Amino acid sequence: MTTDKSAGIVKAEYFTFAEPPNELLLESGQKLGPITLSYETYGQLNNDKSNAILVGHALSGDAHAAGLHEGDKAPGWWDNMIGPGKAFDTTRYFVICSNTIGGCKGSTGPSSINPKAGKPYALEFPIITISDMVNAQRRLIDHLGIERLLCVVGGSMGGMQALQWVASYPERIRAAIPIATALKHSPQQIAFDEVGRQAVMADPDWSDGNYYGHTQPEKGLAVARMIGHITYMSDQSMEEKFSRRLKEKNYSFKFKTDFEVEGYLKYRGDNFVKRFDANSYLYLTKALDYFDPSDGKLIPHGKIIDTKFLVIAFKSDWLYPSYQAQEIVRQLKTKHIDATYCEIKSTYGHDAFLLETEEETHLIKHFLKKVY
Amino acid sequence: MLPDAVRLDHKIIYDVVEPGSRVLDLGCGTGELLSLLAKGKSAKVQGIELSEQAIYKCVERGLSVFHGDIDTGLTEYPDKSFDYVILNQSMQEVKKVDFVIEEALRAGKNVIVGFPNFAYWRARLRLFLKGKTPVTYSLPYRWYNTPNLHFLSISDFKEFCSEKNITIRAVYYLGRKGLVKIHPNLFALNAVFIITKQ
Repeated sequence: MTTDKSAGIVKAEYFTFAEPPNELLLESGQKLGPITLSYETYGQLNNDKSNAILVGHALSGDAHAAGLHEGDKAPGWWDNMIGPGKAFDTTRYFVICSNTIGGCKGSTGPSSINPKAGKPYALEFPIITISDMVNAQRRLIDHLGIERLLCVVGGSMGGMQALQWVASYPERIRAAIPIATALKHSPQQIAFDEVGRQAVMADPDWSDGNYYGHTQPEKGLAVARMIGHITYMSDQSMEEKFSRRLKEKNYSFKFKTDFEVEGYLKYRGDNFVKRFDANSYLYLTKALDYFDPSDGKLIPHGKIIDTKFLVIAFKSDWLYPSYQAQEIVRQLKTKHIDATYCEIKSTYGHDAFLLETEEETHLIKHFLKKVY
Repeated sequence: MLPDAVRLDHKIIYDVVEPGSRVLDLGCGTGELLSLLAKGKSAKVQGIELSEQAIYKCVERGLSVFHGDIDTGLTEYPDKSFDYVILNQSMQEVKKVDFVIEEALRAGKNVIVGFPNFAYWRARLRLFLKGKTPVTYSLPYRWYNTPNLHFLSISDFKEFCSEKNITIRAVYYLGRKGLVKIHPNLFALNAVFIITKQ
């Protein structure tokens, strides 16, 4: 739903770089190029280019963060936060969101054509990390002529990108807002990701990743997404949303979709496979699991950083529990870095970062006012 | 000069803190005091507060605050990284007072502790004559709804400092409108201690 306070009709733009022989050197030591990033922008870059905010998207997100695509009914994934008068006020700020590398929404990923082979990369695509995603974003920011970003923000995987910007290019950001995220995945988080990957890879349609031109491993990817959705909700939000309500009047006494919660997960899974590439799911979850700027890597010893932080967690988020956000703040405090931390009361679980927009708006608006 | 409406304890603390000091307020509430110090004393301030609503107010004031409990300690703050650590009207609400004071003294060169005096004469009378739990201006709660976990007098705190080898640099005794000069343990509603430990 959009109101008149929408960022309006927007469209994706593309930036291609790292043409051979100047490929992007990845954390793994491998090279990737050429690279295309799809991105969208909202608002106007001011004359001294000091009002740019970079938004990082979560695992299944894309560059379409706000506004409407021509002819579409549904707005971007963070439309309630980005737009005129909103938390990221597009009458004041210039907001950029790009699809990460490894993704499948216009940026170079495993489903893109490998120019050397003339067919999709599939598993020939190199393993990418959050740091590689950020390096690619940096090239986009260079391309847009922005020396220093006002802020890097994101929830979940987007929050990791915000943290990685601090670790990689602290002098190029004035503020960071990591939301519902962690410095590193716990074994529990890795475990959920691995179950998702195994579900994809156990599907015979996966064919070692070489399914392009055929059906993608829909069953496996749908199961992965169903597991994901369980971890994005909370016990309480599921109770409120579904309770034990049945789809029909009585039990079917068959292995059919009896409960509403089952129907919901199936619907979510089936929808996801229509819009997301299974190999991208493998690559991106791997990037999440490899991410780990703990042990002083977030802010290397002796480095002086004046980046200001707003760290946000949610009470019922058990996928990224608040102790992980507090750990981020602890690391910052030991380095005398200016940080504000708030744990917003919410029953929505991890999804809260997309839903608790009133509280987030309040915090972010005032925080940005202080920084800008 | 601070406006008249500013709380007496805030005025006292404001006068104690030197310009440009690094200040950490434990239990900073809505950030009133920190805001005064940041604006009037150019102090580099941050706070810790348990109430989510109070955190929103602090962020509105442009303050840097941590939403959390002070009972778990201040491990992320290096030794003596603050000129002042403030525990104003929050010490009596923490679970482990001795631990929190110790942590405050470790992280701060000075610690400012403000608390209500349980030995105020009206409190004594109410207990002695009526046999009822004291309710005073500085201890306004009933026994069943008080956030205070600890009840102490000015003499108790002095004894505590002496037992823990804590140096008392200054003490201010507060009445309803001004400072109390005589028999503070009897006539002061609140006390503000400036303490330190080498």
